[in-house]
Amino acid sequence: MAALIWIALALPLLLAALSFLLRRHSWTLWLPVAAAATLLVVGVALVVAVHLGGPLSTGAGLLRVDALSAWMLSVVGAVAVIALWAGIPHRADRQRSIGLFATLLALFLTAMALAVVADNLGLLWVAIELTTITTAFLVGYRGGRGALEAAWKYVVLGSVGIAIAFLGIVLLYAASRGTGEPSLSWLGLLESAARLDPALTRAAGALTVLGFATKVGLAPMHSWLPDAQSQAPAPVSGLMSGVLEAVALYAILRVQAITDAAIGPELVRGMLVTAGLLSLGVAAAMSLTQKDYRRLLAYSSMEHMGLLALGVAAGGPLALAAVLLHMLGHGLAKSTMFVLAGRVLGTVGGHRISDVRNLLRRRPDLGAPFLLGAAALLGFPPFVTFFTEVAILVAGFGRGLGWQMALAGVLLLAMFAGFARHVLAMTVGSDPDPVTPDPEALMPDRPTVFRQVPVVIALGLSAVLAFAAWPLVGVLTDAVAALGGTR
Amino acid sequence: MSDHLYEQLLATTTGLLLLTAVLQVWGRSVTRAIRLLAIQGLALAGLVLVVGLHGGERQAPPVALLVLLVKAVAMPWAMARSARLIDQTKEAGSLANPAVELIGAAGLTLLAYAISGPLLGGQADPAAQAAPVGFSLVLLGFWQLLIRRSALTQLVAFLLIDNGIATIAFLTSGGLPLTIELGVSLDVLLVVLILGVLVVRMHEEQGHIDITELRELRD
Repeated sequence: MAALIWIALALPLLLAALSFLLRRHSWTLWLPVAAAATLLVVGVALVVAVHLGGPLSTGAGLLRVDALSAWMLSVVGAVAVIALWAGIPHRADRQRSIGLFATLLALFLTAMALAVVADNLGLLWVAIELTTITTAFLVGYRGGRGALEAAWKYVVLGSVGIAIAFLGIVLLYAASRGTGEPSLSWLGLLESAARLDPALTRAAGALTVLGFATKVGLAPMHSWLPDAQSQAPAPVSGLMSGVLEAVALYAILRVQAITDAAIGPELVRGMLVTAGLLSLGVAAAMSLTQKDYRRLLAYSSMEHMGLLALGVAAGGPLALAAVLLHMLGHGLAKSTMFVLAGRVLGTVGGHRISDVRNLLRRRPDLGAPFLLGAAALLGFPPFVTFFTEVAILVAGFGRGLGWQMALAGVLLLAMFAGFARHVLAMTVGSDPDPVTPDPEALMPDRPTVFRQVPVVIALGLSAVLAFAAWPLVGVLTDAVAALGGTR
Repeated sequence: MSDHLYEQLLATTTGLLLLTAVLQVWGRSVTRAIRLLAIQGLALAGLVLVVGLHGGERQAPPVALLVLLVKAVAMPWAMARSARLIDQTKEAGSLANPAVELIGAAGLTLLAYAISGPLLGGQADPAAQAAPVGFSLVLLGFWQLLIRRSALTQLVAFLLIDNGIATIAFLTSGGLPLTIELGVSLDVLLVVLILGVLVVRMHEEQGHIDITELRELRD
């Protein structure tokens, strides 16, 4: 069964090599989709395998898949299939370097898979740094000053942030010297948590959480996020917002499990509550006055990550299960929205919110899913995000974060107002040019049914996920229990 | 290796690390900063060898060689190449004047010693006693990142932080396991290459590499 772990790492790597060799053919864009499908299939298989037979370990203990890793791998796979399939550019927009684009995407997926199956915290760090490396050129792919600036900020801030996390990991290794055998194995550190040097563990926990929080995009280390996600090509933004941030949050979850066992929960909890509330505040303030619809989506990512940080800070089975399910629900909705925003940009030509009006009537094929996706991001029932957001807030109240959750609720409402106002203006807002031209002329690049399929799947899935979640209950319970080292 | 010799070699290598870091903050020449980076890599490799041999670790020579190749040869080479491609040898300017820069650097070095005391106070090992040098390098790197405007100097600062973290790793725990060390070195090397390419592109696109002029994207 441990061979499955190697398949999840080797097959995407193989597909990356293949898309490099065949980079002249435009169909190589399907190879990253195949890599994503591999991760999804292997992830689901691992969820079942771990549920039946317990955690799997291989590679001299460097790799280990427990229920949490298997869940994360499935989320990465599911969101990536949607983002990459729906994000395949229209024939007219394909550039010559498309094969290299596909190669980097497949490598990016491999790096994320490695991050979630690594047991060694050093290896986890290496994998997360690899995600920055593989996405650097993807962010700057479209060229021009804006994309270059975004790529520069992204790589410098991402690498410096993650260097802080590395310093934390180095100190954690030093803290484990007293246990006899210094180790970076997550399981090993968790089991010997009581014997870690408390002063070093405290510094290590603070630095590691701070570093990975930069990668999650939590305020005040978020300044790269709106630039990178608004400049990158649509499927790349979708992946960064939909899963990369969740993978970085997963790293925080792993570190938190160790520090909680060694020095108690206060330190990480305090940091995550501060960063979470600050992120919600910044996201709400920036979306109220936002003029660019892709930046609006980027700030919505910050809002969701801020909420997830609060959920992780609250801890406990309910909040953590909600956080894990929210990662899937938000990932599906957000990657769809970024892809749709990319299509809107291709049709309208402008990136300002005021450039887009009456989308629902002009382009129902774009307007309807855009409106539904926005509803999912805003947490309307029946979308799964409604239930997970309520669960996180309720769990927070139950675990002594009363005023923090009340403040979060107020900030969520402010975000709601800003986001809803802009999306309504774009989709049903009055048309400045009410003469209805020929519908054919309005739809020069009407997406084929085939390209609409992933959009429908993603929105449909996030609408029914909460009601069809009964098989997920066991899976999520296992994943939360995994943080205790048992599953 | 006698304890006396060990302590002397430790003092020499860590002293060299701190000296090169301070000189990097002091100077304005990009070429010189890159040369100092190469010397720093050499000192770090020496430190790895000294700590490893004293601890009786058989992996020490290959790890020292890896550090030497990556930090004293490959990275300075990659940076020098970018600098040559855009023909940039002098720093454009700083947000602080030289006196403020140096006073800040001195203050940060003191801070590094102050924070390492409670953190590593319990360890009597002379290597752990030298760990504040690593923290100084990290803080000096952040200081440069804050006050310098040239994209190339930002890159030097990033590598200074990285060298500082490596110094802390070797002084507090004798270094990370070899597989992890390899992965980390590869990652940092790739980041330097990518940033080098971005610097060249930035120069092509706008004719300068002043990062305070990156203001295209705003809310």
